[in-house]
Amino acid sequence: MQIVLWINEKKVNAEAAPDMLLIDFLRAQGCSSVKRGCESANCGLCTVFVDEKPVLSCAMLAVRAAGHRVVTLEGLQEEAEGFGAYIADQGAEQCGFCNPGFMMNAIAMFRENPDPTEEEIKEYLAGNLCRCSGYEGQMRGILSYLAYKKEKGAAK
Amino acid sequence: MEEKRTSVINQPVRKKDAMSLVCGKPGYVDDGTPSDCLAVKVLRSPHAHAWIEDINTDIACKVPGIEAVYTYKDVPQKRFTLAGQTYPEASPYDRLILDRRVRFVGDGVAIVAGENEKAVDKALKLIKVTYQVLEPVLDIHQAKDADVLVHPEENWKALCDVGADNQRNLCASGLDEDGNLEEVMDSCDIVLEHTYHTKANQQAMMETFRTYTCIDPYGRLHVISSTQIVFHVRRILANALDIPKSMIRVTKPRIGGGFGAKQSCISEMYPAFVTWKTKKAAKMIFSRKETQTAGSPRHEMEMHVRLGAMKDGTIRAIDLYTLSNTGAYGEHGPTTVGLSGHKSIPLYNSNLEAFRFRYDVVYTNMQAAGAYRGYGATQGLFAVESMVNELASKLGIDPVAIREKNIVREGQKAAAYYNEQMNACALDRCITKAKEMIKWDEKPLAQDMGNGKIRAKGVALAMQGSGISGMDVGSATIKLNDDGFYALSIGAADMGTGCDTILAQIAAECLECSVDDIVVYGADSDSSPYDSGSYASSTTYVTGKAVEKACVELKKRMCRIAAKMMQCDEEELVFDSDGIRTADCSQKVTLGEIAAKSMNGNTEASQVTVTHSSPISPPPFMAGMVELEVDKETGAVELLDYVAVVDCGTPINSNLAKVQTEGGLAQGIGMALYEDVTYSAKGKILEDSFMQYKIPTRLDVCRLRVEFENSYEESGPFGAKSIGEIVINTPSPAIAHAIYNATGVWHRELPITPEKVLMGMLSHEN
Repeated sequence: MQIVLWINEKKVNAEAAPDMLLIDFLRAQGCSSVKRGCESANCGLCTVFVDEKPVLSCAMLAVRAAGHRVVTLEGLQEEAEGFGAYIADQGAEQCGFCNPGFMMNAIAMFRENPDPTEEEIKEYLAGNLCRCSGYEGQMRGILSYLAYKKEKGAAK
Repeated sequence: MEEKRTSVINQPVRKKDAMSLVCGKPGYVDDGTPSDCLAVKVLRSPHAHAWIEDINTDIACKVPGIEAVYTYKDVPQKRFTLAGQTYPEASPYDRLILDRRVRFVGDGVAIVAGENEKAVDKALKLIKVTYQVLEPVLDIHQAKDADVLVHPEENWKALCDVGADNQRNLCASGLDEDGNLEEVMDSCDIVLEHTYHTKANQQAMMETFRTYTCIDPYGRLHVISSTQIVFHVRRILANALDIPKSMIRVTKPRIGGGFGAKQSCISEMYPAFVTWKTKKAAKMIFSRKETQTAGSPRHEMEMHVRLGAMKDGTIRAIDLYTLSNTGAYGEHGPTTVGLSGHKSIPLYNSNLEAFRFRYDVVYTNMQAAGAYRGYGATQGLFAVESMVNELASKLGIDPVAIREKNIVREGQKAAAYYNEQMNACALDRCITKAKEMIKWDEKPLAQDMGNGKIRAKGVALAMQGSGISGMDVGSATIKLNDDGFYALSIGAADMGTGCDTILAQIAAECLECSVDDIVVYGADSDSSPYDSGSYASSTTYVTGKAVEKACVELKKRMCRIAAKMMQCDEEELVFDSDGIRTADCSQKVTLGEIAAKSMNGNTEASQVTVTHSSPISPPPFMAGMVELEVDKETGAVELLDYVAVVDCGTPINSNLAKVQTEGGLAQGIGMALYEDVTYSAKGKILEDSFMQYKIPTRLDVCRLRVEFENSYEESGPFGAKSIGEIVINTPSPAIAHAIYNATGVWHRELPITPEKVLMGMLSHEN
C-alpha cells in the first residue's frame, strides 16, 4: 500500500507492503545507518525517532509510521558529529555497527534528561547492546560530552 | 625554528574511520552493495544426523522470481575446510557446499536464489525433502570410536599430521610432554585432580555473517564480504567451487565485529556458488538465528587437570587432558585445542619439573565450532587457573602469593611454550599493580555484609601468543605520493579493532610524519600485499613489523631517487622527515619534489613491499582481579569491580588497547556468568536468539579498571606484542574463584548462573 510520511524532514510517498517492517522500509529509502543486529527486538541497533520518541524500527510496521515524522541518524548529522567526537576520542566506536542505534538513543536521552547520573545513563541505554567496547569507553565519552556541555552552558 | 616531533606511539590517536562510524555513514557489506541482486538463503536440516533419500525442488523452482535452487547434486564433490588458516590447513578437508549427509541441526540442505526475499522464503517452504534420520553423536564422551561416524566418507582428508582419523570420529589428537611426570607427581606433597567444562560460546558480533558476490568486468568472481581473511577466502572458495584462484577477487569493507567468527568462511560459499552458476550478483545476509546455530562458535572443551605441588605451594607438575568438541566439521579443531595447554601450563614455569598435555578433538553432530577470541587458551586457562586457586585454598596459601612463587619470569625458557624464551615479561609487575588497584592485601577472601550478601574477591592470570610463529605472514606496501603523503596498503583486516590506524601510527613514527599523512587501504586479494589475515593476535606484532621494515626500505628508495636528482651518491643521503638531504645539510630535496620526480621521467618505483614472519610468538601477559557480591537468597552474582593489568609490550594506541581490554573483559564476563549453549535431546540448539543467549548489557558489566605494565619485545614494532585475545581469558577463572570464596563451592562448569550458585550453596550447607 501507498504511505506518506516524513523521513528526516522530507515528505516521502512510497509503497510499503502490509508486513514490511519500518527498518526495511527506511533502509530501502536510503537510510543505511539503521542496522539490524537481531530479529527479536533485543539489541537496539535499529533505534530511530518516531515523532521524536526513540523506537525500535524492527518492532514496528512501516505502515504504522504513515503520517508520522521519522528521524534517523542521517537526519541528525550535526548532533552526531558533536557528540560522536567524544566517543571517537575514547576509541569506543570500535566496529561501529551498533553506533547508529546507540547515538540515536543517547541523543534522545540528552534531550529528555540533559544532566543524567551514571546510573540513569546505564538504565536509559540498557537496551543498546555493544559487543566490542565493554561499555566503559562509551560511558567515558558520554561523561566528557556532558562535562563539555555544562562548561559551555556555564560560560554563557 | 624546528620543533622536535612528538612520538605517535602509545598515544590515544583517534581511529581513522571513527567519525564516519559514529555518524552512521554507509560502510558495511549491506550498505555499499546494490540491493537489486539475487537474495540467497539456505534450507537447513531439522535433524542432527540424516541422509537425504530424496529431494524435490520442482515446485520450489516454479515460484515466481526464483532464479535457481541447488542441492547436493549440483555442487562439486571435492572436500575442503572453511577454516581461514595458512595452507596446508591443519583443519581436515571434510566439507562440501551441500552434502547428502547432513550432520547437525542447521546444516545446509539446499540453496535458493531469487529476485527477492519473499519469493525465496516461499520457495524454501516448497522444497520436499525425505530424510533417513540417523542416530546422532551428541555426547562428547561417547564420540571417539563410536559406532556412528560423523564423517564415514572416503574422500575426507587431513592435509597435516594432526592425529585425525575420520573412522574414529577424531578431528585431531596429540601429546606434548617434558620431564618425568609420574616420578615428579609421586614425590609431590599434594596432587589435585579435577575436571572443568566450558561451553560453545557465540562471538555474537553485532553484524551477522554476510557476503555480496558479482561478476566483474573481467568475468571474475568478485566477493565483497565481512571477513577477517581475504586471502584465505580466495583459496577456500576456489576449493569449494573447484575453480582457479585466479578467477576470484575478495575485498572487505568495514566489518561489524569478528572476534574470530569471520576467520572461517561461513557465509561466502553460498552466494559465491549462486553467482558463479548464474553469473548474476547475489547477496546472503545471515539471520541472527543462523549466526547462532550455523556459525563458528568457541570449541566446547572438557579439561581434566592433575596438578602436583609441595606444601609450601611450589607447583612442580601439571598434567592436562583436553577433550574438545569440534562439532560436525573440523574448522580450527586441531589448532584451538593446542592453546588449551600451550597457553596455560607455561604460566607456571618457574618451578615446573614436568608436564604432560594430551588431547582429543572429536566430531559430533553438533554445530561446527571455529575461532573465537582466545582460541582454546580461554578454555585451558579456566581449568588451570581454577586449579591453582583450588590448590591455594587447599594449602591455605594466599592465591596471589602462590602465583608469585610459581609464575613465569622474564628470561626464562618455557618447555611448555615450544621451548621459547620469554624475552619480555612483566607478569610480576602486572600482579603487583593489580593487587594495589583492588587493595588485595587489605581485603578478606570473603566477608558477610550482613545484608544477605557475601562480598568476595578472586584472581586469575592469563597469557596468549602474538601471531603464529614461523607460519603467519604480514606484509605492507608503502608508497610515496604527490605532495609527499604516503599510501599504506595492507592485507590485514580492520574489523573494528583499529588496525588501519595502528599500522598508520607505526608508519608515521618511522617516517616522522603525522598519522594524517598516511592513507591506509585494505584489504583486497587482488591489490593488497599478502597477509594471512587478522587473527591469532598477529596484526600489530606481525604486520606492524612489516610496516616498520617497509618504511626503512622506502627511505632507502627515496634516497635513490633523490640521489639522481642531486647527482650524488645515495650513500651520502639521509632521510629528514620532510625530505632527503646530504649528511652535511648542504643540499636537500623535499618529499613533494621526490614524489613529483617519481612521476616524471623516473625509473625507480617510489614504493616498496616488505613481508615479515616471526619465528617466535611472544606472549602478552595479564592479571585480573574481581570483587563481587553473591546474594545468599537468590544466588545472584553482582560484579562490583574488575581490575586488569596487561603487559602487551608497548601499547601502540593507548585508547584502543584500553578499549580492547574492556571489551574482552565484558565478553569474558558474559562467558563466566550468562552465555550458554545447550542442546535438546535431539540435537537442536536452544539459545538461537538474543532472547535466550544473553550477552552482557551495560547494567551487567561492572566498573572495569584497566592499566598497563609495559615490557619491551625486541622483535615487535616499537616493542609491541599483542592484545586482542588475551583480554577475554581472566574473567571466568577469577569470577569462579570469587564465587567459591563467597559460597564454598567450586563451579567447574560455565556459565555460573544464579541457579547453579544457589543450588551449590544449598547442597554445600547440607
